[in-house]
Amino acid sequence: MAHQVESERLVSVFAYPMPYEWSIGLYGSKFFQEIKQNRRFVGIRCNGCGKVYVPPRRVCGPCFQELAELVALSDTGVITAFSVVNYPFIDPNTGARRPIPYTYGYIKLDGADNIFSHIINETDLSKIKVGMKVRAIFKDTAEMQGNIQDIKYFDIVA
Amino acid sequence: MDNAAIVGVAQTKYERRKKDQILADLVFDVTRAALDDAGLAIGDIDSVVTVSNDFFDGRTISGMAVGDAAGGEDKNISTVSGDGAFGAFYGLMRVLSGYKATIVVAHYKGSEGSVPITTNGMFDPIFHRHLGIDAISAAALQADAYMARFGIREEDVAQVSVKNHGNAKNNPYAQLPMDITVADVMKSRKIAEPLKLLDCCPISDGAAAIIIANEEIAARTKKKPVWVKGVAHCCEEYFLGDRRLSDPVALQDAARRAYAMAGITDPMAEIDVAEVLEPFSYMEPLWLEGLGFCKPGEGAHLIEKGITTMGGRLPVNPSGGALSANPILVAGLARLIEATLQVRGEAGDRQVKNAATALAHGFNGPCGQSHCVWIMGGKK
Amino acid sequence: MGRRVAIVGVGQTYHKSHRPDVTSREMIREAVTAALADAELTIRDIDAIVIGNMDHFESINYVDTYSVEGSGGVMKPIMKVSTGGTTGATVAIAAYYHVASGLFDRVLAIGFEKNSESDTTGAIITCSDAIWDRFSYSGAIPSLATEATAYMEKYGATQEDAAIIGERDRNNALNNPFAHLRRPLTVADIMASPMLAYPIKLGDICPRSDGACACVLAADGVAQKIARKPAWFKAAAVRHTYTWFGDSTDYNKGLVSMQRASKDAYQQAGITKPAEEIDVAELYLPYTWAGLKWIEDIGFCGPGEGVRFVRDGNTHMGGKIPVNPSGGVISTNCIGATAMLRVAEAAIQVMGRGGKRQVPDVKNALATGFGGCFWSDVVILSTERP
Ligand SMILES: [Zn+2]
Repeated sequence: MAHQVESERLVSVFAYPMPYEWSIGLYGSKFFQEIKQNRRFVGIRCNGCGKVYVPPRRVCGPCFQELAELVALSDTGVITAFSVVNYPFIDPNTGARRPIPYTYGYIKLDGADNIFSHIINETDLSKIKVGMKVRAIFKDTAEMQGNIQDIKYFDIVA
Repeated sequence: MDNAAIVGVAQTKYERRKKDQILADLVFDVTRAALDDAGLAIGDIDSVVTVSNDFFDGRTISGMAVGDAAGGEDKNISTVSGDGAFGAFYGLMRVLSGYKATIVVAHYKGSEGSVPITTNGMFDPIFHRHLGIDAISAAALQADAYMARFGIREEDVAQVSVKNHGNAKNNPYAQLPMDITVADVMKSRKIAEPLKLLDCCPISDGAAAIIIANEEIAARTKKKPVWVKGVAHCCEEYFLGDRRLSDPVALQDAARRAYAMAGITDPMAEIDVAEVLEPFSYMEPLWLEGLGFCKPGEGAHLIEKGITTMGGRLPVNPSGGALSANPILVAGLARLIEATLQVRGEAGDRQVKNAATALAHGFNGPCGQSHCVWIMGGKK
Repeated sequence: MGRRVAIVGVGQTYHKSHRPDVTSREMIREAVTAALADAELTIRDIDAIVIGNMDHFESINYVDTYSVEGSGGVMKPIMKVSTGGTTGATVAIAAYYHVASGLFDRVLAIGFEKNSESDTTGAIITCSDAIWDRFSYSGAIPSLATEATAYMEKYGATQEDAAIIGERDRNNALNNPFAHLRRPLTVADIMASPMLAYPIKLGDICPRSDGACACVLAADGVAQKIARKPAWFKAAAVRHTYTWFGDSTDYNKGLVSMQRASKDAYQQAGITKPAEEIDVAELYLPYTWAGLKWIEDIGFCGPGEGVRFVRDGNTHMGGKIPVNPSGGVISTNCIGATAMLRVAEAAIQVMGRGGKRQVPDVKNALATGFGGCFWSDVVILSTERP
């Protein structure tokens, strides 16, 4: 029996969730506990090169050595780069559309040598510039869950 | 092939849940331990291969999580997504291409994702994934096909579990050292006919690292270098229905080429110890058949005759194997590390006497679709 | 030392935003068939295969084993490597080591992606660290945009400067029958396109494409028998600098991984004056600013000189070092294949098979791969057996 080869092309749809439970580790846990207890950041200093890293971690890549000296950082920093996100997208964390516009920013926290990424609470391009000073706005302590959203966003202060 | 050797090895203890440590912690620990084992500094390493899988880690480009911890700063670094035996193969190729020393690290936390969902992701999205098939149910199909074809009884393969959990008592890194009997395996909970709980590997967390080096570096390491005598890998068809599951043809081909490279003509006579990746008890005899240690269908007799037990002619999985700890990806690298320790004579209570030549094996894909075979020896 | 290695055949599919007519396996087979035909070999001649993509883009775990029907990997050694956006080049480099090691004579390298089969932005977001970065991250565009804002701030580059890159590459794509977007785009068009994430507009950014690419690599002694003019590897380098985003985003330092990979590659190739010694470059430029800034990191010009270098026509067809005769990533972006397309297009230039997009008298060609998380790959191919 001869069949005609051409046909409509079908698709197979898959949309199940893929759950994970990720460990945060010692220094990451310290970071979130410091926010909850003292409403400030903590970094970690490398004895090899003197660099202060945030988030704190166990190893300095360039020196390949163990880090152990936690240092308190303030809740302020400087914008080193930013982008106002204007396009709609599905957030894989929640499966829902993330509200736009919002401002994605890189912030050099005072006292740290690398950069921290988070959200800046300003979407008006005329009011935000590289080099501006920002301050972290934390959630109410009672609402904190020990994750990155315990920091609500950074406010421009100057 | 030029000479290349494994000059440093390290493993974490394998556990059900390493809640306190992130992947980078595990990798940092084994990287430093492997360097210490070799008596090398990070500056002696000029190439890095991580073994990482995006599904298992819940992250795209999962190798990024461990680059610094593996000492990858300003080094030629890459990621093999597959079993650690394959990652080691890439590490070897880099050394044979001119790098002095490559560190290969593998990491896995089975506790962080959903193994049924992530291993379901191995199957065809159009025809098979909707059926809910995963690594375990596929293995059950293979076990059934294998056992039915050759008249192998559940009690026969249960002996593998008894042997390997018993061997694990001699391995400080093993997750499940256990004194069990065939009766214990037989009455353990049915997981997927004919597999019972004690026929199946546990879910494990852990990491491992090896350093592969050229002759120049191997001449000055702390421990006796263990030389690569032969290595090969091969992949067969994808759809389970296109394969004869009781016939591990890819393994046969990989073994044939690895033996040819190593100059081995009679594996049973020339190999002293084997570490094979057997997350399910029936896999050990099936892989031993594929590796040519016996004829098809006779794998289960090897254990019955005491050949594969400690003290037998070919001890298999003195470490306790994957039945006693199965950090996927890491597991194949762990086999290679165990083979290395055997040849060094440093395997402690699990040491096989006079182990001069050792075989290690790892695989990728459902029911062992793609196999990698290593032959390691004490002499160049 | 390893053996000398050359690319002796390349193949690619045509590229479209959506290929519902084929599965990814079938699409891979198209590229493999084309590469084998280009080398005048059959799959029986191939000793080993390397493949790569990004798992969550098609939601396939173990693509090496999944793909064998399309890759030709049945009863052959096949290995998967994956490093994000650089994957295609990383695969080509892994294939290079397969041959250089002396273990295999003829190796097939394959990159592919069906971006249409998942939510690409969602998949890209999952490349960020789940604890620290994923909450604020929204995919490749805003992180690239931060680099652009920093570059504009530092050197006074304008949005119009960047748009020249888009105009250049999209214009070049008209000469490439395989390119996805084959319509010219002017600076004015780009400036008028919708703002996605300041300062990146729709016209500044690469498309999402479905497609696949394959290359055949062969060893010294074998390569000369297969190809009249093999494209010899002079260098292959990979660097990565990142634990979390903030570790690599000090834009005052530039793109450190690209600087390091380039330096390593030039050292391997014995190149001291890249802009003089390299005749053509296929660069992984996913957005227009990269065409100004990354050529500084690659060393075609000094820091802050990118705008002048481009405005002087050096990187246009007919210029000193034409960049992206193929139309580049701005015209075609099937992510797991994109970086291999750069290597394949560089090989095409060295082999003199570029047709309308051929740069005359190419001796040395440079290809890069870039992944949004600070991976950089650099490959240098040459007519000259090293
Ligand atoms: Zn340091």
